[in-house]
Amino acid sequence: MKQKSRKGISIDILYLPAVILLTVFVVYPLLSGVQISFTNWNGYSSTYKYIGFANYKKIFHDKMFYTALKNTVIYGVGSTTLQTIIGISYALLLQKRFPGQTLARVIIYLPAMIASLIMGYISYFLVQYNHGAINDIMIALGKEPVDWMANGERAVWIIVVINALQFVGKTMIVMIAGLQGIPDSYNEAASIDGAAYLQRLRYITLPLLLPAITTSVVLNLIGGLKLFGIILATTSGGPGYSSHSLSTLINYLYFQNQNAGYSSSVGLFLFLIIMILGTIVRNFLEKKAEGIS
Amino acid sequence: MKQKKNLKWIKTLAALLIIALHICPFYIMINISLKEMSDRSSRWIPAFKPYFQNYVNAMNTGNLGNAILNTWIIVFFSVMIVVVVGAMAAYPLSRHITRRNQIILTFIVGVMMVPQLSILVPLYKEMVALKGINHIWGIVLVSATFHLPLSIYMFTNFIKTIPSDLDEAAMIDGCSRFQAFFRIILPCLKSTTVSVIILTGVGIWNDYQFQLYFLQKPALRTITLAITTFFTDSRQDMGAAAAAAFIVVLPPVLLYICLQKYFVQGAMDSAVK
Repeated sequence: MKQKSRKGISIDILYLPAVILLTVFVVYPLLSGVQISFTNWNGYSSTYKYIGFANYKKIFHDKMFYTALKNTVIYGVGSTTLQTIIGISYALLLQKRFPGQTLARVIIYLPAMIASLIMGYISYFLVQYNHGAINDIMIALGKEPVDWMANGERAVWIIVVINALQFVGKTMIVMIAGLQGIPDSYNEAASIDGAAYLQRLRYITLPLLLPAITTSVVLNLIGGLKLFGIILATTSGGPGYSSHSLSTLINYLYFQNQNAGYSSSVGLFLFLIIMILGTIVRNFLEKKAEGIS
Repeated sequence: MKQKKNLKWIKTLAALLIIALHICPFYIMINISLKEMSDRSSRWIPAFKPYFQNYVNAMNTGNLGNAILNTWIIVFFSVMIVVVVGAMAAYPLSRHITRRNQIILTFIVGVMMVPQLSILVPLYKEMVALKGINHIWGIVLVSATFHLPLSIYMFTNFIKTIPSDLDEAAMIDGCSRFQAFFRIILPCLKSTTVSVIILTGVGIWNDYQFQLYFLQKPALRTITLAITTFFTDSRQDMGAAAAAAFIVVLPPVLLYICLQKYFVQGAMDSAVK
């Protein structure tokens, strides 16, 4: 250590630019967000008043906030569940070579390349009432067309499906990588002992896949809780405020409602939820994975 | 043996069904983009007489050429910063492991959890104060900063797998720590750098939230902002809207199809330790 300091500056300065950027554009705003959340700032005027905890008190009486909170949890947990189940199924199917395997992998991962906002617009062509592709099928089958996004609760679940299908490819790739780490001999030995496919899946494959499941669940959960683009593109939070997530609510409060102070406090709330849920889920799954190995 | 062959066919059939499901939205988009507005046929029926005027309209009314150029500029400079600053930061964080550096690494990785929208209001206020609204440098710095943690995470994971004998040998031969990094370690980082470029490049290409707030001048519109105008101002002209969506989706998709191997590698590097 002494030698190094005699030679000159420590190599630690190499991370200085990164730390400066992160401090200026993430940490400082996060802290000043706490300050703004105690004011009634409208987002553009130069004056504002400190109003104590009023914004936080308002959160707990705000129906719009509760709806957005509930939806955020549905977006997060719903998409994660779907992505995990479908992702594992795809990975099991597409793990070994057969005709069509490569093409399927390429196509499944492809939508992840696209902005979720644009994916939302593209999906809008399918769920639209007038002339939407799904309603075209309904009409061809002799059924009444449905205004899919007119019902807020249904819209939320449709958005969950769109989001899950867009990013299921990422989950699939992580799972395929996990499956490749499981030695073939385990499954061979079990099948010699007479274990059926589902038994092997339940007692060998899935437990050994847990580390891969952990990373992908945590990533998908954070992604789903932050969901923004697809909602904006398909419903912009409507009808009414029934499909808002916390992210779209923050956007709405700030730019349509000029309520920057309140918007900031919702923003901090979203950050807390992601941090807490993310940490809990990660710890839970990691403990499970440790228990097995 | 026969059973095995049958199983293969079932798998292929299943794969084809899955492909059809995932390709549906894109098929519909392309159909719409090739049909005239007066064409009221079902969206499932292919456009037998392709109407390319939609693409001309999309380029002209949405000023897409300009938007694509803006987006390329932003992506290029942001990715440069993410790679250079990220690789530099990763070296001491993976080689010179002290208590302080471990805390800093945890902090950097923790930043990944901060949602962009959580700091929207204060960051906007800060950018107004810094006069960074409606300037390319403003959006470049912000986009780069938000993608830095992932890059540092991936680079540190990779440098940890390089034996430290390598830099020690270089230092015995008279290199300083800095020279050991720039001359010995940096050239080893090629594959991770490709992953970082791909992941952050696609991420920033597709970014929307920050661009919406920090680029309000029409001349600075990026592709995601340009696309929005088709779907909000003129929800009527679906043909042009679909054409515009197709145009902006094409570059990342083509890049992905050509460089598949690297994309898949990148997705794994970012998720698996």
